[in-house]
Amino acid sequence: MDEALILARAQFGLNIGFHILFPTITIGLAWILAWFRVRYEMTRDEAWLGAYKLWVKVFALSFAMGVVSGVTMSFQFGTNWPGYMNHVGNIAGPLLAYEVLTAFFLEATFLGIMLFGMERVSGRVHVASSIIVAFGTTVSAFWILALNSWMQTPAGHMESPGGIVAASWWAVIFNPSFPYRLTHMLFASGITAAFLVAGLSAWRLLAAPGDAAARDTLRFGARLAAVLVPLQIVAGDMHGLNTLEHQPAKIAALEAIWHTERGAGLTLLGIPNEEEGRTDYALMLPKGASLILAHDANAELKGLDAFKDHPPVAPVFFAFRVMVGMGVLMLVVAWGSQYWLRTPPRWLLWIFAGFTFSGWIATLAGWLVTEIGRQPWLVTGILRTADAVGPAGGAKLGASLTAYVLTYTALLAAYMVTLTHMARKS
Amino acid sequence: MDLVLVFTALMAFAILAYVLLDGYDLGVGMLMPAAEREEQEIMVGTIAPYWDANETWLVLGIGLLLVAFPRAHGEILGALYLPVAAMLVGLMLRGVAFELRVKAEGWHRELWNWLFWAGSTLAAFAQGLMLGRYVTGFAAGGGYWLFAIVVGASLCGGYVLLGATWLVLRTRGALQAKSMAWAKWGLLWVALGVALVSLATPLASETVRSRWFDFPRTAGLMVLPAASIAIGLWVWYTLGKSDAKPFAGAVAIFVLAFIGLAYSLFPYVVMDRLTIWDAAADESALRFVGAGVLIVFPLLFGYTVYAYRVFRGKVSRGMYEH
Ligand code: HDD
Ligand code: HEM
Ligand code: HEM
Repeated sequence: MDEALILARAQFGLNIGFHILFPTITIGLAWILAWFRVRYEMTRDEAWLGAYKLWVKVFALSFAMGVVSGVTMSFQFGTNWPGYMNHVGNIAGPLLAYEVLTAFFLEATFLGIMLFGMERVSGRVHVASSIIVAFGTTVSAFWILALNSWMQTPAGHMESPGGIVAASWWAVIFNPSFPYRLTHMLFASGITAAFLVAGLSAWRLLAAPGDAAARDTLRFGARLAAVLVPLQIVAGDMHGLNTLEHQPAKIAALEAIWHTERGAGLTLLGIPNEEEGRTDYALMLPKGASLILAHDANAELKGLDAFKDHPPVAPVFFAFRVMVGMGVLMLVVAWGSQYWLRTPPRWLLWIFAGFTFSGWIATLAGWLVTEIGRQPWLVTGILRTADAVGPAGGAKLGASLTAYVLTYTALLAAYMVTLTHMARKS
Repeated sequence: MDLVLVFTALMAFAILAYVLLDGYDLGVGMLMPAAEREEQEIMVGTIAPYWDANETWLVLGIGLLLVAFPRAHGEILGALYLPVAAMLVGLMLRGVAFELRVKAEGWHRELWNWLFWAGSTLAAFAQGLMLGRYVTGFAAGGGYWLFAIVVGASLCGGYVLLGATWLVLRTRGALQAKSMAWAKWGLLWVALGVALVSLATPLASETVRSRWFDFPRTAGLMVLPAASIAIGLWVWYTLGKSDAKPFAGAVAIFVLAFIGLAYSLFPYVVMDRLTIWDAAADESALRFVGAGVLIVFPLLFGYTVYAYRVFRGKVSRGMYEH
């Protein structure tokens, strides 16, 4: 692989990886805030208003981070992947344009009213603004995931002299993996926001044990997580079955199934050894893979040897285990803690504090599975990643990559320090 | 109807809207160091409810470029790689500084204030640089870069003018008086910049020269510079007499400059290389997005006007700090 391709991929991966941290929080938190706001309107209980006013600060900061990194994303396609736009621009362009038209303006405009308009508009309009912002973030996820899913499992398009064009927009948008990916991502946002709320509340309680409001929000976050995590696990399982149908090579890689066989075992842990075509130090569950993927212990599963093109095994294998491992840990924490939530002991507060940003880890790992698992294709079966890279030379890419890395590191540090600092103080 | 022309007009509209809207809030950012601590809070208050929506016009402009001219999209953004990266870093720093400058304390707060200014300035200058490179078709050579730097500096002046007149409109008392002085500096800066750029552009580009110095037409075209000068003088004169007219005048100057620019470029989307028809996307894509635009634009205008009405009037301390 040449240098420009590696740098372009590193840069794109870094940018989107940084961006996605904030949507994951804002989508979930926006709905949580809308809920607080509606509850206040209905009950007039000052506690809801207090919670709203406190968490809207966290939201505003996360949203700003999401916006500025998102604006960067909208340039990345053109600067880094001109081949992508030349080839599938007739699909990608309209979907991105619809995201701007139907989501970004809505979010951005009503965000102003949500943040600064409380004293200037009626209660009802303010409630509506909070809901509209939450709705906007979700619509945004809808369009961008439609595009991403189309890249994974393309449908509804046809060849034309000018490249790929849409034959049916409905089929393009509702492509086979889209419903699963959208559901899985929306749950991921809900879970990430739930652990953030619980985690920052725990930080608060560690500093000020008597804070009743923080105890309420800790309980709220933990309960929300307890509901969403099991749903996410079910959704993830269904997502995996869908992927098996449409991208079997990805599943073979993430389960490290090297050879086509009946009754394939499930590798829990191990170190994939791509050169030798086996997993070293494997801890296996006999027939497990056939059982969870085909729901039949003796079913035949295609192995990596059945595919001419398949993604690199180790990164997707490990990333998948990180995601699922986080999911299991989250389940334990969310369910296990329920009994103590009324008067949470300090050890439990430390656990929640430690899980503040746990959603990020699972989400990033999940996206790594999805995106690296699509390789060597950029758009499955249509365009290879290597054919999409632009003419920008290594030096340009290197210089801008350095600038991004420095900016992101600083911003991320400032963000996390500010949040935990706010929690301990306010 | 020629859909390609319709989309060209839409994209031009989005870019003009961006320049005017983010122009005033970048301008306010650039003026920060000239004000006192208390005044800075008011200045940020005049733009806080709007900056995000303003920046979204940039995303729409880029999105429409991509929808309508996918081939030009890659070529332009590829050629502008470094100035685009610089602009993005600038926009990032200032966007985040909005939030962090109020949450931080002590020297951190000073740092974010400084980054707010630096980010705004970097973004404004980089945009001018992009424009300068774009107009010359990304020609190589030191002279062309010098030209782009002059355009960058002039655009900074233009944004200062927009920002200062915006503050005249939205503030009162001592801060308003200061803003009037800033607006005058902005006018002088713009006048100098526009004069330099107008002289240099025909030298830098054959195409522009032939457009503007084609004699029977030149006389009619001179309406544009003449009107700009007249409006500039009018802005100077109304400063101190009216709150709203200077801003309206500044907007008008930008619109005229934009028309002149559009005239110089049309029908190229990449100067001298790709016309809008060469670069256009497939009809099916344009139709699909066109339908969305027809439905969404009226709503978008509606709620934008609503948001500006909600926050109308003079801003004082503490109104827009959450
Ligand atoms: C699952 C959700 C999701 C994903 C995968 C992405 N985004 Fe995003 N984006 C959002 C969800 C989101 C959001 C929730 O709508 C944001 C984040 C936080 C926010 O403030 O709005 C946003 C903001 C945001 C903005 C700023 C909008 C504004 O001005 O208000 C832009 C331009 C983009 N994004 C562009 C992109 C691009 C080009 C992506 C893909 C490569 C992308 N986003 C992935
Ligand atoms: C939101 C979370 C996302 C994350 C964390 C993510 C992560 C990544 C990573 C790590 C890569 C590099 C993979 C590699 O080079 O091996 C990548 C590539 C890419 N992704 Fe994503 N991605 C996300 C969403 C999207 C979306 C929504 C789109 C498009 C709609 C997209 C389009 C691409 C493209 C064009 C590439 C470049 C090709 C490549 O390097 O493989 N990604 N992504
Ligand atoms: C524990 C059970 C889980 C299972 C079985 C599971 C399954 C999967 C599978 C198979 C994929 C890849 C799909 C593909 O690319 O085709 C995936 C992706 C992903 N996972 Fe999970 N997951 C689980 C838990 C979680 C948790 C707890 C989170 C976050 C809180 C999460 C977030 C994501 C994200 C963001 C993606 C990438 C987007 C997507 O493709 O949907 N997952 N998951």
